[in-house]
Amino acid sequence: MILQVQGVSKRFGGLQALSNVSFDLPEGQILGLIGPNGAGKTTLFNVINGVYPPNAGRVIFRQDDITNLKPYYVARKGLARTHQIVRPLNELTVRENVMVGACFGQQAVSLREATHIADEVLEYVGLADRADQPAGSLNVAQKKRLEMARALASRPYLLLLDEVLAGLNTSEITAMLDTIRQIRTRGITIIMIEHVMHAIMNVSDRIIVLDYGEQIAEGSPQEISQNEKVIEAYLGDPKLAERLMEQNNGDTGDS
Amino acid sequence: MAILEIRDVTSGYGEVQILWGAGLTLQEGQLTSLVGGNGVGKTTLLRTVMGSIKPWSGSIIFEGKDVSRLPPYTKAEMGLVLVPEGRQLFTDMSVVENLEMGASPQRARPYFERNLDRVYEMLPRLKERRNQKAGTLSGGEQQMLAVARGIMSEPKALMIDELSLGLAPVLVLQLFETLNQLKELGITVLLVEQNVQMALAVSDYGYVLSQGKIELEGPSRQLAKNEHIRAAYLGL
Repeated sequence: MILQVQGVSKRFGGLQALSNVSFDLPEGQILGLIGPNGAGKTTLFNVINGVYPPNAGRVIFRQDDITNLKPYYVARKGLARTHQIVRPLNELTVRENVMVGACFGQQAVSLREATHIADEVLEYVGLADRADQPAGSLNVAQKKRLEMARALASRPYLLLLDEVLAGLNTSEITAMLDTIRQIRTRGITIIMIEHVMHAIMNVSDRIIVLDYGEQIAEGSPQEISQNEKVIEAYLGDPKLAERLMEQNNGDTGDS
Repeated sequence: MAILEIRDVTSGYGEVQILWGAGLTLQEGQLTSLVGGNGVGKTTLLRTVMGSIKPWSGSIIFEGKDVSRLPPYTKAEMGLVLVPEGRQLFTDMSVVENLEMGASPQRARPYFERNLDRVYEMLPRLKERRNQKAGTLSGGEQQMLAVARGIMSEPKALMIDELSLGLAPVLVLQLFETLNQLKELGITVLLVEQNVQMALAVSDYGYVLSQGKIELEGPSRQLAKNEHIRAAYLGL
């Protein structure tokens, strides 16, 4: 197992953002993390990579307990992530942005090596011809790729992707999914949060569903799409809807 | 008769396109629902209709007039009213002061007393708490106040963004019953909801938004039985 999340809970004041979340992730898998708004998906990423210490539970990465390590230290261990809201260093070039990722990654590298790594990664994500442009001049789809390139430049074993498909059009989504599959074939394990359902159902080996901080289901995309609890979390409670309809029918009966 | 027509609208934020040619029609006096998962563009569509963001292309026709480029306050004066997501109440003002703010359009002022009686009758909790600061109400009561403030604007068409979000089931049921009363008053409603089951149980006609486009539409009772809805939400 490359990652083990064991009984993780996180509370913000009166809000229980995560309750007792546990899963094991074998090396080389793509794990999809889905759930309605406010389910706790990004909070789980933040606990895994050390932004928030959990109130309970442990995070084990490659046999190491990383539960209370700071994010920059977690990055050194080979666990990288992207953020939902991309924030490139706009005045630096695309290449320099990726070099920053390389410098804070798994290995200590010289600037020269960082340049090599950056060029290699940019080639790989399809931004090589933009290397000398300021990052601020990229469009949204390109910025998402840059975000990914920065994470990949740290040479991670595990990559956490937070909504890399948001805001992309259909052909950009298809291209991004190809890139994600290629990353996996390089032996990098991936956890991705995504709202573009057809995409995540298509690319994931396994899916975990969170709802109000609880892990309500785990399984193959096929199993998840048929799971009653998942359907209810996304579409609402059918019993409550029935009650409303009964009351409506009652009302029309009276008048 | 159609009171509001949204025709092939595209829009978004900065360079991010969210709506890719969405269209729907509100029939006068009907309750229409617009459902769809996270991030498909429901709130963006309402913002575009209201004018807080401008459509990139397409048009918005309200009572036969093209209102595509008009600002939100002009539309509110015309009777197109939004109950925004997250309520956006004046939390330091009392319940009744919030209701007075709702009645600020010229066309709503003559009906102030009548509408106040209406909302107090429909939502008696608000009457009990009329002098309390809005910020001290419970989540459900705040949502009631947001809807009531919309009714105070004397709307011809009332658009409600996420009526049930974050509320306990018993409150959800109560708020949805309020929608039935709006219908009896002849107010046209566009209800935007994540809770598909409830939205389709209460509405006459429904639209399913997926990836910035309308993917399915139909009479709500039929739509509720449609297998494609689950697929539109869950991707498989």
